[in-house]
Amino acid sequence: MTGPYSCCSCIVFVHSVSVDLNNDASLVIDIPDALCERDKVKFTVHTKTTLSSFQKPEYSVQRQHEDFIWLHDTIVETEEYAGLIIPPAPPKPDFEGPREKMHKLGEGESSMTKEEYAKMKQELEAEYLAVFKKTVQVHEVFLQRLSSHPMFRKDRNFQIFLEYDQDLTVRRKNAKEMFGGFFKNMVKSADEVLISGVKEVDEFFEQEKNFLLDYSSKIKDATAKAEKMTRSHKNVADDYNHISGALNNIAADNNTAFKKHLEKCAEVFEKLRVSISKVEDRMASDQELKLTELLRYYTRDIQAAKDLLYRRARALADYENSNKALDKARLKGKDVAQAEENQKQCLQKFDKLSESGKKELTSFKARRVVAFRKNLIEMTELEIKHAKNSVSLLQGSIEVLKSN
Amino acid sequence: MSEERDPAALEAEDDLFVSAMESPEAARLSAEDISPSSNGPKAEPVLLDDDPDDPDDLFAEIDEDEEESRDTFDIQISVSDPEKVGDGMNAYMVYKVLTKTSLSIFSRDEVCVKRRFSDFLGLHSKLASKYMHMGYIVPPAPEKSIVGMTKVKVGKEDLSSVEFVEKRRSALERYLLRTVKHPALLKDPDVLQFLESSELPRAVSTQALSGAGILRMVNKAADAVNKMTIKMNESDAWFEEKQQQFDNLDVQLRKLHASVESLVCHRRELSVNTASFAKSAAMLGNSEDHTALSRALSQLAEVEEKIDQLHQDQACADFYLISELLGDYVRLITAVKGVFDQRMKTWAKCQDAQVMLQRKREAEAKLQHANKPDKLQQAKDEIREWEGKVQQGERDFEQISKNIRREVGRFEKDRVKDFRVVIIKYLESLVHTQQQLIKYWEAFLPEAKAIA
Repeated sequence: MTGPYSCCSCIVFVHSVSVDLNNDASLVIDIPDALCERDKVKFTVHTKTTLSSFQKPEYSVQRQHEDFIWLHDTIVETEEYAGLIIPPAPPKPDFEGPREKMHKLGEGESSMTKEEYAKMKQELEAEYLAVFKKTVQVHEVFLQRLSSHPMFRKDRNFQIFLEYDQDLTVRRKNAKEMFGGFFKNMVKSADEVLISGVKEVDEFFEQEKNFLLDYSSKIKDATAKAEKMTRSHKNVADDYNHISGALNNIAADNNTAFKKHLEKCAEVFEKLRVSISKVEDRMASDQELKLTELLRYYTRDIQAAKDLLYRRARALADYENSNKALDKARLKGKDVAQAEENQKQCLQKFDKLSESGKKELTSFKARRVVAFRKNLIEMTELEIKHAKNSVSLLQGSIEVLKSN
Repeated sequence: MSEERDPAALEAEDDLFVSAMESPEAARLSAEDISPSSNGPKAEPVLLDDDPDDPDDLFAEIDEDEEESRDTFDIQISVSDPEKVGDGMNAYMVYKVLTKTSLSIFSRDEVCVKRRFSDFLGLHSKLASKYMHMGYIVPPAPEKSIVGMTKVKVGKEDLSSVEFVEKRRSALERYLLRTVKHPALLKDPDVLQFLESSELPRAVSTQALSGAGILRMVNKAADAVNKMTIKMNESDAWFEEKQQQFDNLDVQLRKLHASVESLVCHRRELSVNTASFAKSAAMLGNSEDHTALSRALSQLAEVEEKIDQLHQDQACADFYLISELLGDYVRLITAVKGVFDQRMKTWAKCQDAQVMLQRKREAEAKLQHANKPDKLQQAKDEIREWEGKVQQGERDFEQISKNIRREVGRFEKDRVKDFRVVIIKYLESLVHTQQQLIKYWEAFLPEAKAIA
């Protein structure tokens, strides 16, 4: 692990807290609890700190998703942090999937047996819970990246976010009026052109630039494809659910001489539902958590790295402009001192951005490699586990059917 | 027996195929030749009428034979090597039908003949016309598909027409196997001729848009109307129960079939999406500048490619093992329901005959006081005629009821066996897939761990 930051930000899902991000006991943050009210999720942000800048050693506050976005935006707007990779904002909680399913379930209620309905409802609740867990963790990781960074953890607004025991809504609205999100909007449209247009003297940044531009489009594509793949997998798991339900109905509905035989079949089919449908579902979920979420997160993180490059490129452009202005001033013989001062400041800013940018990008690579490694290993181990489980369940069922 | 022609009565399934060549005699259970296009009276069921006191004759025999043949049910049929003959809209596919058997009713151990789709339909039509009205469940032939066939005729060598031909070949094979599994049909001369003789008279009335085809449609419509108006007094609870059961089974099978079709579709999607992801992961690996991670991502892409192939194979199994089988059973159930309908029709005929008899008797009674001796004689003759018909009707009804009971019993046993065999095969295919998955992921794990 290179770089000055001793903690490596590994993204850990499924298992509760990212131990790695909370290495430093002086500021420990977690989201132990969250409430889902209709469309709004209320996160309970819990802080434990030994830092003197905080008034109390422990806090517990309620925050909404919009509060996280506000915090992210204020950090992005802060000039001081221009040379840092700003941790990407957590995406909005998306309950669209389970909500759609719940709707379908409600519509199809009349055509299902009571047991089918109960089963589907159960699965729907599990899905809701999964989305819930995901969104909690992605919000948690955002805060933990801030708390584990020597500069961000000292941020005034961050502290307010953690400490302020009232609703942040009013503050948020005021902030919006002040900044108007102008910086963010600018970045989106111009960045690729500006970054690629910069005449780079620094080998390191030249390489990084080429890498990030290419990687960014590739990882976006990989994320999209992974999402499609996971969705198909879930559809297959769903189908198996319906199939075993239907098989069950057929087996149960026969009071012929073969009733006992068919009852045994019904048992087997129920086991099959677990071994095929549930296992497929878990395989799909784990693949999503370990692979798709990983790709999603790093797509956002790569964007944050690109934003850093953009800011540096803009600083370079400013510096070059200030040089031109100085030359012009010298030619005209007017405002030379001012132009010189301006040029000096631009150069300083650019140098500062380059220096901190280098550190950030280097540690970013290390972070990325570690995260990929961890998640790929975990995903592979889980897939193997599920497949082995499925094999033994299937073989058990085959035995039972053959012995009949 | 009345000369009413009821060709559609023999046909109760979706497949609108009935030979228009059958004669009115076909409706009789007599020992006479059934139809000019079939193979004469050697078909055993024809013996039925000879001994009304022993209607079990046929089945007793068949049961024994069944026992024997189950021990030595040695007949293998394969349908293979589809070949296109001719060009353009007159083209057709010819299939090789290979029969390997040690059964004595066959003239040789191994016979190979060439048949086209309409030959199969012709065979089914003959069997249906001979046996369905007696309550035998005749396995339905595979469905026609104008669209599918046209693509093939026009010469499109693409994937969908290849798949269509394979689907049809497989369906034809299952159809033949199911037909010979039926102990009576196995011995039928038409079946034997189909399997053995090198030349087969072409079945001309199988085209959907022929005059015969239109006649079928009209008859089917008339049939549907009749069904609604016949109200049978069911004295036998068994039949009522079974009918209900089959109605339920029909609904459930269709639901199951729909779910399986959905599975096949989604599995194919999964395969496409996995392949797409594999390519994307490979490109990501190429872009990655950390060497070890780059290599791992490339390996991941390879694993996903292999998994995609697995999904494709599994989708095939999903389809051919389960989905097609379910489709077959949905059609079979329709045939079973058709047989119940036959019984209803037989009952209706019997009722009609009784009504007629009653009328004739009333007419005779009237003529008693009219002093018209020749008319009276005629009336008495007619009464005798109708008494005979009533008797025949009652015997037919008894016989068909008995046959149906046996057929249903056999059908249920076979169904359970069939499903069990197929489900076991399918589960084994799933096991194989999972084991391959384990192999691929276990090979990948050290690559993931090697990222440093």
